[in-house]
Amino acid sequence: MSLANHVQYSDIQVGEQLPLLKLAAVNRTTLALYCGASGDHNPIHVDIDFARKSRMPDVFAHGMLSAAYLGRLLTQWVPQQQVRSLSVRFTGITQLGHIPTCSGTVTEKFEENGEKRVRLAIRCANQYGEDKLLGEAVVVLA
Amino acid sequence: MADKHLIGHKLGTFTIDVEKGRLRFFAKAIGETDAIYTDEAAAQAAGHRTLPVPPTFLKCLDGEGRDLNTFLNLVNFDLGRILHAEQSFVYHQMAYAGDVLTFDAVITDVYEKKGGALQFVVTESRVTNQHGEHIADVRSSLVQR
Repeated sequence: MSLANHVQYSDIQVGEQLPLLKLAAVNRTTLALYCGASGDHNPIHVDIDFARKSRMPDVFAHGMLSAAYLGRLLTQWVPQQQVRSLSVRFTGITQLGHIPTCSGTVTEKFEENGEKRVRLAIRCANQYGEDKLLGEAVVVLA
Repeated sequence: MADKHLIGHKLGTFTIDVEKGRLRFFAKAIGETDAIYTDEAAAQAAGHRTLPVPPTFLKCLDGEGRDLNTFLNLVNFDLGRILHAEQSFVYHQMAYAGDVLTFDAVITDVYEKKGGALQFVVTESRVTNQHGEHIADVRSSLVQR
């Protein structure tokens, strides 16, 4: 399929920011839905009794929920078939009430495997500016 | 503590169906607003044969075919003390609703930090579809605190 898309390699400069993706505050329903939909049934994310037994003050968000938000950051910028890689480190716990915001910055433009690619530094932080996920992605541009 | 001898340990393969309803449920759970992930007509209009598997859902499927407690027993980790440390995906082809994906996983690293206070186990899964096409490589790192 063609890479017909509004984002063109020639128009993109290193340092350019992707459109932000700001989410709703994480609440218990968010976590219950993600538990069921993801198949990650670890009770630490949905059962406060289990969380407390595990010496956590309360349930907390699945890291992969925020990773999925970072996936959305990429696919709202380019069609998914142009995403070549996505990697993240979980640097902090997303607590109830946190408002995740995903951002991305172009860090490199390069050609590989006959494709014009850009490397992105990606980040998911809460409303206090605390990093929760830091990572990198590579996408192909037309 | 996790045993370094587990490096190279094969976790085996399993095969799993990508279900359309499950993809819609996942889209809802992550607040997805792009209709191509929930509406087949929109997906097809965007050049997809049906609903695409979104970028991180492969990790969900990876966890689905394996019993977490069996894995935790193998690496000697406790459910209440584990956290996800790192996750990465390298994509080779798109996967879609209706695909039957095979996950072939191996433990690729076991190590510790902070004098053993943090223990890490890294697994890698090679994902192929029903045609034997290489879909992705999924790498996961778990830490026990």
